[in-house]
Amino acid sequence: MSLPRLPDGLVAVVKRDCPTCQLVAPVLGEIAARGGPLTVYSQDDAGFPPSVTASSRARDEDLALSWHHHIETVPTLLRVEGGVEAGRAVGWVRREWEELTALSPLGSGLPAHRPGCGSMSADPSLADRLRVRFEGGRLASRRIDVAELEDEIETAFERGWSDGLPVVPPTPARVLRMLDGTSRAPDEIVAAVPPDLVPATVEKIAVNAVMAGCKSEYLPVVLAAVEAACTDSFNMHGLLCTTYFSGPVVIVNGPIAARIGMNSGINCFGQGNRANATIGRALQLVVRNIGGGLPGGIDRATFGAPGKVSFCFAEDEDASPWEPLSVERGFARGASTVSLVAGHGPSAIIDQISRGPESLARSFAAVLRAAHHPKLVMAMGALLVVSPEHARVFAGAGWSKARLRGELEALLLLDGDELARGAGGIDEGIPAQVAAGRKLPKFIPGDLAIVHAGGRAGMFSAVIEGWVSGARGSQLTTVEVRA
Amino acid sequence: MTITLLDPTGERRPAERPRARRPASLDGHVIGLLDISKPRGDVFLTRLAALLGARGAGVRRYAKPTFAKPAPADLRRQIAEECDLVIEALAD
Repeated sequence: MSLPRLPDGLVAVVKRDCPTCQLVAPVLGEIAARGGPLTVYSQDDAGFPPSVTASSRARDEDLALSWHHHIETVPTLLRVEGGVEAGRAVGWVRREWEELTALSPLGSGLPAHRPGCGSMSADPSLADRLRVRFEGGRLASRRIDVAELEDEIETAFERGWSDGLPVVPPTPARVLRMLDGTSRAPDEIVAAVPPDLVPATVEKIAVNAVMAGCKSEYLPVVLAAVEAACTDSFNMHGLLCTTYFSGPVVIVNGPIAARIGMNSGINCFGQGNRANATIGRALQLVVRNIGGGLPGGIDRATFGAPGKVSFCFAEDEDASPWEPLSVERGFARGASTVSLVAGHGPSAIIDQISRGPESLARSFAAVLRAAHHPKLVMAMGALLVVSPEHARVFAGAGWSKARLRGELEALLLLDGDELARGAGGIDEGIPAQVAAGRKLPKFIPGDLAIVHAGGRAGMFSAVIEGWVSGARGSQLTTVEVRA
Repeated sequence: MTITLLDPTGERRPAERPRARRPASLDGHVIGLLDISKPRGDVFLTRLAALLGARGAGVRRYAKPTFAKPAPADLRRQIAEECDLVIEALAD
């Protein structure tokens, strides 16, 4: 809707249901008689104020003028030149009105100032409706009308938009509120979403973020997650098609995590935190709805994993003895990032006895060795999530993250003869010609990521087992969050 | 009162594409055998190549660099240019 043009001269916006507007009604009459030209827009009553002739009064019936010219208080007096606002007085302040009208003295019998009342265009009970009326045109998505007797949440299920849980109905008002979370234009294309490679606009992602239950301040994180998922390095298409368990695991770093209330501590992989639960869900809904990736369609997972509904957490940077994942990935300290890794789980590492780093590293290596299969190596990645109580053991001994990774690499250099097909009476394994007489690494360098998270109590850490790693599969991918 | 929702989908239903016409016989056709690089797919394709060769079909072999990603566009184009038919082996 185009901006309603203001008439030149003085323009007052008032409503009858406002004592200050009643108070200044005679002043408006005075201005009309002495100065003019004056146009008075009444929000609630075309006959108000009677002190001004009908030809100078207009009704801002649909509140379009008030909305578009950001009238928050009545009375507001504007001076307009060539259709453009040249000055504004809010409420009744005699000095300001005298200045704006170049008429002095004005309203002699009135107090020097009196605050105004809320404009109807700023009334919270009307705000959503007005916003959709005046800004709904920014939204390009197809409108779907749900009949009165239908339940819109059931409609979302029936149309296949849901991951199996109820979704928040994506009404235009909710989507407009969601878009407040970013300065990016609604029609900006963020990524081509696999498998259908459909260009996803900020708006379409916002629609899915609404459905997932996100707050608007989560939207920049969701946008970054979609961007990361749709890179060749992360390879969402391949990850989606696989018969394997994995899905995208979202790790958030930087100040935005605390700002939006993400959980990096107690139960950080579990239920109960809105940001963790809905950001990962929004990403999966984008892949489902925009990309067309449906379980049983392109998604051929034998089992899948519960984390494919949402698997999203923040790294605990404050209590970590180590540099955060984002810094390791080359981003500045203080930058907010989203990292995506293919994974499922978690698998547990229990070690409540080790008090030295060597012993604890051996525990980690023993569990990591079993990831995917104890005899399979160099094919899949993993994410090691070290808890505060375990990290303390390494920090106390002065082990950096690089030191821990180096020690794990050494411990996970495995005897090929144990890995060969048939070894240990297990047919699964590495072809004998590759394995025989060699030492083979469990993980190709770069395929073991390490972060710090979890509650302050509990001598456990976690392994999130990855999927096919490296350039052949899915690589850890980090994108900076943009406002 | 009706409630208006915004469509969360890509708003594109892929147009239904007709399947390619099936040949009446394999005589004189070049058949591409695409190994997606899953373990033992090559075993299956080698056997197929022998059987097809015995029936007078020309056979060409191709392989995707990794089963985990879509076939590169160049490989898809090469197969389309060089072959009349293609058989893709999905194996484990």
